[in-house]
Amino acid sequence: MQWETVIGLEVHVQLATRSKIFSGASTAFGAEPNRQASAVDLGLPGTLPVLNEQAVAMAVQFGLGINAEIAETSVFDRKNYFYADLPKGYQTSQMYHPIVGSGEVEITLDNDVTRRIGIHHAHLEEDAGKSLHESFSDETGREMTGIDLNRAGTPLLEIVSEPDMRSAKEASAYLRAIHAIVTYLGISDGNMAEGSMRCDVNVSVRPKGQATFGTRAEIKNVNSFRFVEQAIAFEAERQIELIEDGGEVVQETRLFDPDRHETRSMRTKEEANDYRYFPCPDLLPVVLDQAYIDRLRDTLPELPAAKRARFEGELGLSAYDAGVIASSRAMADYFEEAMHVCGDAKQAANWVQGELSAALKREHLDVAQSPVTARQLGELIARVKDATVSGKAAKQVFQALWDGQGQSADDIIDAKGLKQVTDTGAIDKMIDEVIASSPKQVAQYVEAEPDKRGKMIGYFVGQVMKASRGTANPQQVNQRLTEKLDARR
Amino acid sequence: MSDHTADPFAPTVTSLAAALKRGDVSSRELATDCLKRIERAEPALNSFISVTAEQALAAADAADRARADGRAGFLTGVPLAFKDIFCTRDVKTSCGSKMLDNFIAPYSATAVQKLDAAGCVSLGKTNMDEFAMGSSNESSYYGAVKNPWDLTAVPGGSSGGSAAAVAAGLVPATLGTDTGGSIRQPAAFCGITGLKPTYGRISRYGIIAYASSLDQAGPMARTAEDCAHLLGAIAGHDPRDSTSAPHAVPDYAAELDAPLTGLKIGLPREYFGDGLDPAAAHAVNEAVKVYESLGATVRDVSLPHTRYATSAYYVIAPAEASSNLARFDGVRFGHRCDSPEDLIDLYKRSRAEGFGEEVKRRILIGTHTLSEGFFDAYYIKAQKVRRLIRQDFLDAFDQVDVLMGPTSPTPAFDLGAQKDPVSMYLQDIYTIAVNLAGIPGISVPAGFSGARPVGLQILGAHFSEARLLNVAHRFQQATDWHRQRPAFAKEIV
Amino acid sequence: MALQHTHVRRAAHLARLDISDAQAERFVDDLSRMLDMVDQLQSIDTEGVAPLLHPLDATQRLRADDVTESDQRERFQRLAPATENGLYLVPRVVE
Repeated sequence: MQWETVIGLEVHVQLATRSKIFSGASTAFGAEPNRQASAVDLGLPGTLPVLNEQAVAMAVQFGLGINAEIAETSVFDRKNYFYADLPKGYQTSQMYHPIVGSGEVEITLDNDVTRRIGIHHAHLEEDAGKSLHESFSDETGREMTGIDLNRAGTPLLEIVSEPDMRSAKEASAYLRAIHAIVTYLGISDGNMAEGSMRCDVNVSVRPKGQATFGTRAEIKNVNSFRFVEQAIAFEAERQIELIEDGGEVVQETRLFDPDRHETRSMRTKEEANDYRYFPCPDLLPVVLDQAYIDRLRDTLPELPAAKRARFEGELGLSAYDAGVIASSRAMADYFEEAMHVCGDAKQAANWVQGELSAALKREHLDVAQSPVTARQLGELIARVKDATVSGKAAKQVFQALWDGQGQSADDIIDAKGLKQVTDTGAIDKMIDEVIASSPKQVAQYVEAEPDKRGKMIGYFVGQVMKASRGTANPQQVNQRLTEKLDARR
Repeated sequence: MSDHTADPFAPTVTSLAAALKRGDVSSRELATDCLKRIERAEPALNSFISVTAEQALAAADAADRARADGRAGFLTGVPLAFKDIFCTRDVKTSCGSKMLDNFIAPYSATAVQKLDAAGCVSLGKTNMDEFAMGSSNESSYYGAVKNPWDLTAVPGGSSGGSAAAVAAGLVPATLGTDTGGSIRQPAAFCGITGLKPTYGRISRYGIIAYASSLDQAGPMARTAEDCAHLLGAIAGHDPRDSTSAPHAVPDYAAELDAPLTGLKIGLPREYFGDGLDPAAAHAVNEAVKVYESLGATVRDVSLPHTRYATSAYYVIAPAEASSNLARFDGVRFGHRCDSPEDLIDLYKRSRAEGFGEEVKRRILIGTHTLSEGFFDAYYIKAQKVRRLIRQDFLDAFDQVDVLMGPTSPTPAFDLGAQKDPVSMYLQDIYTIAVNLAGIPGISVPAGFSGARPVGLQILGAHFSEARLLNVAHRFQQATDWHRQRPAFAKEIV
Repeated sequence: MALQHTHVRRAAHLARLDISDAQAERFVDDLSRMLDMVDQLQSIDTEGVAPLLHPLDATQRLRADDVTESDQRERFQRLAPATENGLYLVPRVVE
């Protein structure tokens, strides 16, 4: 039987506010345990939440970024359950009236095919704390868990997709698209290693062509693009095998084990939770007027999909280059600055995708950390275009800039004497010397059939370039060599 | 304390403030005097959970220095006490519960901070029903409070300790909280004046939550004039409480003497029905006559949905409470059971040991009505009925300025007399609708049923506290019910 | 809506309250009578009436995104039954 996998994602994005969603405690990463847990975050008696305006603005920006309806009135609800890292015995979230309504994002697959994935809604909520399973024990020697509530109250935007994805690749492309949007907007640092983006994956399978969905399993807390693909691949396979062996998929929560590349059931027989959602009486309805939403819309940056389309359509980049460069705001900004300096989109794209990306990868750097600035690269490309340096010499210049040997391409070209020689007299002189010292090759050239000569001229060009230490203009060398050699026949 | 106040057995905030201003008495003398009264009264009364003598004397000395330096305000040096539901920095804040018997609040409630800043001297924390759940003060972990008018009677609840302490003359005023009548009913039972302001008028920050959409703090004192001074000091928007109202705070004391000519009083038919104590009804009728003599006109009005208020309240309040009280889990503060087996055992035993019977009852009913399959039928339905109840009041205030009726259908009942929780809940029928609608209400002493006081309740539109205080004050200028003192108050001086 | 013993047991579990069988019986009785009282709400026509969640028709005000709280860990943890290395301790949680 042919099976189809159906995937929906719930992505929790940590918003890049300075303070928490309901308190004035810092959200900075890496503080000592509980030093950023205020009275409100700890749920001390009598404390009350007050909503952070920046968290609201960021949620609205995301909504605008996916062309979603922004709720004029949204309401915070309490999700009631007891857990060690949940101080108040409830999580403040938005169940019935989320701030962001339905929208969609465009994803690009490896074959440059684009697809639209629906987003059901996105809502604001507070994060919980962390449980640390170190070697603590009480006075009787019983093992204890330590609770750090620094993260409690950090603002999260939970983005709930429609079950629109059909493969692990689509799911990771979707996650990348969300990552690109939130980092473009600057509403999250998108740092998955620090937990700034976490993902719950809903997976079900059904016979291809069947209209109804199969029973789904939810895989909790899958925290990298790669793990998302692996978890889905494993889980879909598990479900298919289960059904084909006559079993049934049970709706449950599972955990992905990245070491074993498998998912396993988290809570086997515990009764279904009843979260008793009800509107939080400590918070009032959040009402946003159109003027506020319009103001935020006006400040929205160009987003990845629009940028990709412009790079391809207006600048003439290949679909591949446009997609890769637009996937990161930092990369796109770098490219655009270099392009403006040199005035050549394709050359800028070639350099960014070529030399620059290779060097960054080699040294495990992010584009923001590049030793060669976009301006420096743009100026270098301009020197290639105006024939000041040859392409080959330009690579030397790039490496020198990377190594910090000069402030600009021009400095390095001067210092290293890499200026391209275009003076006909000088080039003729070098050509004459090469011809004079290569009688055998000259003779072969002259005797060769005309259609073979093109290949043979490469030897002479190489010799001249070598003699010029790469500074001679190769086109010019080629042209003058052809003239001079052809004249000997 | 005989020459600096008109009533040595039960001075008022206003008279003490005047005596302090004149220099007739020092704040330290007042605090010392209050502490003596508390010491004499408490074995019988049990109105305090904590008496903070040391801090009180230090605060009194600071107030006296401030006065000497010319930095005194109206309330500087005036002694008072707080219901033990208000967090008070470095002082035990128990909420009447074993759960918080070890809880030393690390901060003060906004209302407490404001009175501290005004120079008030806190003598301690008054007894209350556990987590403010009760109408008799019998659910306190620290034992029942006695009514100073009759030590075999309850003082009312949940702010029973606050009412009893004022009635007995231990302090001139206290702050209480009112979720379904918890200021007004004990004020009526103890023969004092108690104001529940509009929801949101006073910050709830630092007040341990019972039912967040109903809770409101307010002053309890002898006179409306005292309440006006205290309300002025604590009202206003608080950036720490999203539900506190941004409305400007008027000068409540300045409007106390406004004439009542043309005042339109409505008498809700539903407040004079079956089960109303005849003496309480008589007291209200006599009070209305006083108002007519002051130039007011009276008409009947109807609040048709008010009979459903108790039902709506016992869905909404326990639902909110079940969630508000989830934070008491034995992890970060409060009672923790010995040697828990695992996390669930830690929760279940800590909470079972820390909470009393009435609190458990309300947590259970609230949890049940919020749970799957019941939420719409109970919680949503009750909130819809709540809108109808509020609309009744809004319609009534289109026709009249204030509503009047009894605060409670009966005077204080005997300790231990109300064994059935549901019949106890029905005692609050005249006060509960007010919290659901969020309007202000004040209870003023209006007479007696036998030896026990009864109260007149006056209700107004949202944010009409200035008018309510004015209406109550004019009544107190014309009558002397609020000047009656229990014999107990005289015995301890 | 008649209240069953299982309802009380379930509520007690959700609310994390340890109750004995005798207590449970008593609560079934008390809660049943509370619900009998509350059930009169069902007789009211609320067609087209919106729930009233707050007594005032106010809307949420927003707080500037400023860090205003300082570290008070020692002060707060003096209230805690068990801490170590700045962490609150609970019996071992197994995931």
